[in-house]
Amino acid sequence: MKCAYCSRPATIHITEIINGTAKEVHLCEEHARRYIAGETEGFEEASQPQGSGSIKPKEHLQMLAAKPSEGELARLDKRSCPACGITFREFRRSGRLGCANDYEVFKEELVPLLENIHGAAQHCGKAPQRAPQTVLRTSELLKLRKQLRDAVEREDYEKAAELRDRIRELEQQGG
Amino acid sequence: MGTFPGQTHTVITHRMSCDAGAVDRKDCERLMSDLNELARRISPWLKGTGPESDIVISSRVRLARNLTHYPFTSRATEHEKREITILVRERLRQSELTRDFEFLSIEDQGPLDRQFLVERQLISRELAGGDGPRAVAFAEDESVSIMINEEDHIRLQVMESGLALAPAWERADKLDDALDEALQFAFHPQFGYLTACPTNVGTGLRASVMLHLPALTITREIERVLRTMQKLHLAVRGLFGEGTQPSGDFYQISNQITLGRSEEDVLEELQQMLPTVIEYERKARQALLENNRDELQDGICRSLGILKSAHTITSEETMFHLSRIRLGVNLGFLDIPISIINELFMQTQPAHLQKLHGQELGVQERNVMRASLLREKLADVN
Repeated sequence: MKCAYCSRPATIHITEIINGTAKEVHLCEEHARRYIAGETEGFEEASQPQGSGSIKPKEHLQMLAAKPSEGELARLDKRSCPACGITFREFRRSGRLGCANDYEVFKEELVPLLENIHGAAQHCGKAPQRAPQTVLRTSELLKLRKQLRDAVEREDYEKAAELRDRIRELEQQGG
Repeated sequence: MGTFPGQTHTVITHRMSCDAGAVDRKDCERLMSDLNELARRISPWLKGTGPESDIVISSRVRLARNLTHYPFTSRATEHEKREITILVRERLRQSELTRDFEFLSIEDQGPLDRQFLVERQLISRELAGGDGPRAVAFAEDESVSIMINEEDHIRLQVMESGLALAPAWERADKLDDALDEALQFAFHPQFGYLTACPTNVGTGLRASVMLHLPALTITREIERVLRTMQKLHLAVRGLFGEGTQPSGDFYQISNQITLGRSEEDVLEELQQMLPTVIEYERKARQALLENNRDELQDGICRSLGILKSAHTITSEETMFHLSRIRLGVNLGFLDIPISIINELFMQTQPAHLQKLHGQELGVQERNVMRASLLREKLADVN
């Protein structure tokens, strides 16, 4: 059997289970290496896939990304909190969240985890006496603080002063 | 670069903060001698007073809180952590509840002083071993301690002697209100108080009691009791908190669930379980008296003999024998004030011994020093 993308013999046979359906792809060593590494470029130049059941590598990679295994983890790794920069994967590794905003950013992933730990996902008990701040404002403040940190690091004091004033303004609103 | 009056202000604020840090160091020097003084006296919560104090040593309530506008400690920069310690310190000075608290920068303490504060349960191992700006503020009577930049920005704890969870919670609640007014704690309508670790989110409350259960340990019924408590979602730890094996037959029992139950419910559940455990321990003591009285009395008196006459003794052996003589007092075999025994549990710890001696000591020297302290304190006991 020939490689689906070139005339070399296919020595690697990959079976992917996608949405419950098994699909096969037959590749030479070189294409297999690039396929596993997630490269798409070489495949686009290549000839049309041959043989029944084989599919285009680009589609294949897209489907791979939808799978919950490594692909899912990679996805979780890509989404990070705009305020503190932590990814869900980093949180899973360390067990510690990065900032208050993470509870909103990773809400979907955290709720099942909280239900597992506490048997509940809704707070019941004391609340601050002051009017609780909106989550939005909190996340805005955390973002501004990160920008302020970056500006100070760059020694861009003009920007820093501007950010500082916006932070103060927001903080006073919550008073 | 041109001058921007408004802009340079940010930088000046920062520098002033650092100067404030430098002044703190003088305070710390004064406190050094105070720490030596502290080593000589007993923490009031260890006095052995309060309800059920023959079995319940102390009650503790801890709240975890974070400031809304800063990343959690593990992701905060050095600069942010310094700002947090300064902000909290300012707030503590403003509130009449906390104005007179001692404030210690942990960064500026040597390893011995950090260990000393851990032994006194004023700070956690995690705070002692952390890095960057972090601090503790504590009440003179050591009943309240507020850690800054531990896993969470604020860890507030209230300790009471004996079984007194409700008073401990009332105090923690008031202190929490006073701090929140100015600091704005991170709070979410669904998840409650937000914490770095999801195991603390919600109330941020950990309520615990330290129990002395020597009879259940002798009769080996303790395993069954511990298993039952775990089924009730209660955690059991050793004397010095997280990650420590129970020693001296002390067990710390605390709630694990912090989300979905109110503070009152959590305290209530713990309170309801305690009389059963206390009853088990009393029954085990009674059974030992009825079935093995001679053996029991012999063991207790031998323990006293060792403590009164040893010239070198390890911490582990000390804990074992102190636990036995504590049982001996509660069974009426020995006549020693319980406060002296409670005090010895703490003063024979490594950092305490070195503070009492006024210098660092190696393991062998500590064992000699420990034996000497025990002989001195127990000299008048027969």
